[in-house]
Amino acid sequence: MSASDARSAGGQGGLNRPYQPQGVPILDVTDLKKHYPLRGGFFGGTTGHVYAVDGVSFQIARGETLSLVGESGCGKSTVGKAVLRLFDITAGQVVLDGKRIDDLSAGALRPVRRRVQVVFQDPFSSLNPRMRVRDILAEPIRNFGLARDSRDMEARVAKLMDTVRLPRDAVNRWPHEFSGGQRQRIGIARALAAEPDLIVCDEAVSALDVSVKAQIVNLLQDLQQELGLALLFISHDLAIVEHMTHRVAVMYLGKIVEVAPKRSLFAAPKHPYTEALLSAVPVPSPGAARQRIILKGDVPSPINPPKGCRFHTRCPYAFDRCRVEEPTLNHVATALDPGHVAACHLHDRPEAENPLAIAKGAALVAA
Amino acid sequence: MALLEVENLQTHFRTPDGVNRAVDGVSFHVNAGETVAIVGESGCGKSVTSMSILRLIPEPPGKIAGAIRFQGRDLLKLSDREMRDIRGNEISMIFQEPMTSLNPVLTVGRQIGETLRLHQGLSKQQAEEKAVEMLTLVGIPEPRRRVREYPHQLSGGMRQRVMIAIALACNPKLLIADEPTTALDVTIQAQILELMKDLKHRVGAAIVLITHDLGVVAEVAERVIVMYAGRKVEEAAVGPLFNDPKHPYTQGLLGSMPKLGSSLHGDEGRLAEIPGLVPSLKKKIDGCVFAGRCPKVTDLCRQVAPALEEKAPGHVAACHYAIKEGAIAA
Repeated sequence: MSASDARSAGGQGGLNRPYQPQGVPILDVTDLKKHYPLRGGFFGGTTGHVYAVDGVSFQIARGETLSLVGESGCGKSTVGKAVLRLFDITAGQVVLDGKRIDDLSAGALRPVRRRVQVVFQDPFSSLNPRMRVRDILAEPIRNFGLARDSRDMEARVAKLMDTVRLPRDAVNRWPHEFSGGQRQRIGIARALAAEPDLIVCDEAVSALDVSVKAQIVNLLQDLQQELGLALLFISHDLAIVEHMTHRVAVMYLGKIVEVAPKRSLFAAPKHPYTEALLSAVPVPSPGAARQRIILKGDVPSPINPPKGCRFHTRCPYAFDRCRVEEPTLNHVATALDPGHVAACHLHDRPEAENPLAIAKGAALVAA
Repeated sequence: MALLEVENLQTHFRTPDGVNRAVDGVSFHVNAGETVAIVGESGCGKSVTSMSILRLIPEPPGKIAGAIRFQGRDLLKLSDREMRDIRGNEISMIFQEPMTSLNPVLTVGRQIGETLRLHQGLSKQQAEEKAVEMLTLVGIPEPRRRVREYPHQLSGGMRQRVMIAIALACNPKLLIADEPTTALDVTIQAQILELMKDLKHRVGAAIVLITHDLGVVAEVAERVIVMYAGRKVEEAAVGPLFNDPKHPYTQGLLGSMPKLGSSLHGDEGRLAEIPGLVPSLKKKIDGCVFAGRCPKVTDLCRQVAPALEEKAPGHVAACHYAIKEGAIAA
């Protein structure tokens, strides 16, 4: 898919404003692959590969939230780590603000690291227990030489505490003195300290309790609007994703199977996997009549992914072509938004034989 | 008579810096064949309640007081030997982590057979036969092969099915499921919830479901108990609880959840927050446990703990200000 296609109609803003992308995307990932070798055998040679991410392309505009959803093992976190350059990728290209970063040397990468920051899932293990909050927040500022002098440093740390709604005098405390939600605020402040353009949120709210989750989701949305941040929001929680994203990319077994602006995806999913995901999320309305699709079996192994469409082994609509030919991401004529792409052969069939031609979203989620 | 009656359950832990009142005076009952959910956030005491029923709390430092009557017998008064006869036999439990709650060095068949040989005195062969039968019941394909496999050879969803098979092997009258689907992916969670609903009809066991996921509650429970800071704050049938919550905590909890399908109506505004933090359980709280975070708090709430009151038929809540049905007319 091309940049203009995917974003031409724009996503929906958190406040329901149409989203207007401008200029070069902040992040442009093309055909990203990450294969992990499997070692074994008598001489410890390579006996195969885990195809964790196998050809993923997407873009994120400035100030936009793109959510990457999927179940465990689908490769969504690996994509996040590749964007952060926490390892070398197997193939493909990662371009940040017009500049390719996947082949940069460690030295050349340093200024890039400032621009892409991360918030991790577990607020308990992602903060150093032996550093005071002040030092945790000062570290990125010092590393990237952002503060002019010590007074500027103090001011920056104090401002960060204000930004994430923590009391300023808490900078002298240790991580263990805070609750889970407060620690996640510190984690967010640390990511903001480097003044990034893009933040990767890897399941950043998944470990939090419902009431605390709402606080952090609201904070992230406020920050995005105030600071114009782009977010790559990696999550398995579709309700949270729907609440705070502009666009959604659905991953299954190392591939993106569907990308669409939020409303188009939730109102009329165009991939059978997305449809099954939506119908599987328990909704807090007892007795709600909804269409249920229970997938059979488990996700196949990424060591030996199925031939043809990777979803055909669990797909309720699979037909012969799905077993031999792998579908590519294409525009879907019946979608609500022209930027809606999905990788499914059903859309090449006449509408009468395509169960995904109609908008099923409301029936699936009992909305 | 109810199958299980819990009366004024108090599970306290002695710690170096004071007594932790993890569960502080909780009463409820479960009827035969009924599914009751206990919901709340981490630290509210829901898991400690379930562990207390089976007396799985180490004593000391723990201390269980009150009464837990199962078919009229007070479990807290039984000897350890009598208690062992009940665990896994008449009351069984499914834990959250299917990865860590199975023994990695024993085959699945041995683990299912263990309870059968212990409680029903089956021979090794009979136990294996029954294990195959149980695996078929929980929908595991090729049960004859799977029964000889080890837990690491199974996926997370299959391991949870094995846990359910173990729990149901002796036809328990009560099944306690502590976050049975929390560690699973949504499509697998849907399979397991479907299985639990199906088995409930076939086996007829009562279920106590412990969870923090209100979606799961709406899906499977008939009656719901909401816990906060070691106390029960509300109890109602599932419909009234979701449609007309009486306690400000329940209202806050439901309001802070994003709803799937929100973008279809364009109502994805800000989520309601519950400000503040759960109070420390190490200090004795005189007033309402939710007073520190409640939007409707008054001095009365800070001083006097509200009693659980029936606000509508079968709907109790512990709040001074929750409106009693019919009270205005009267």
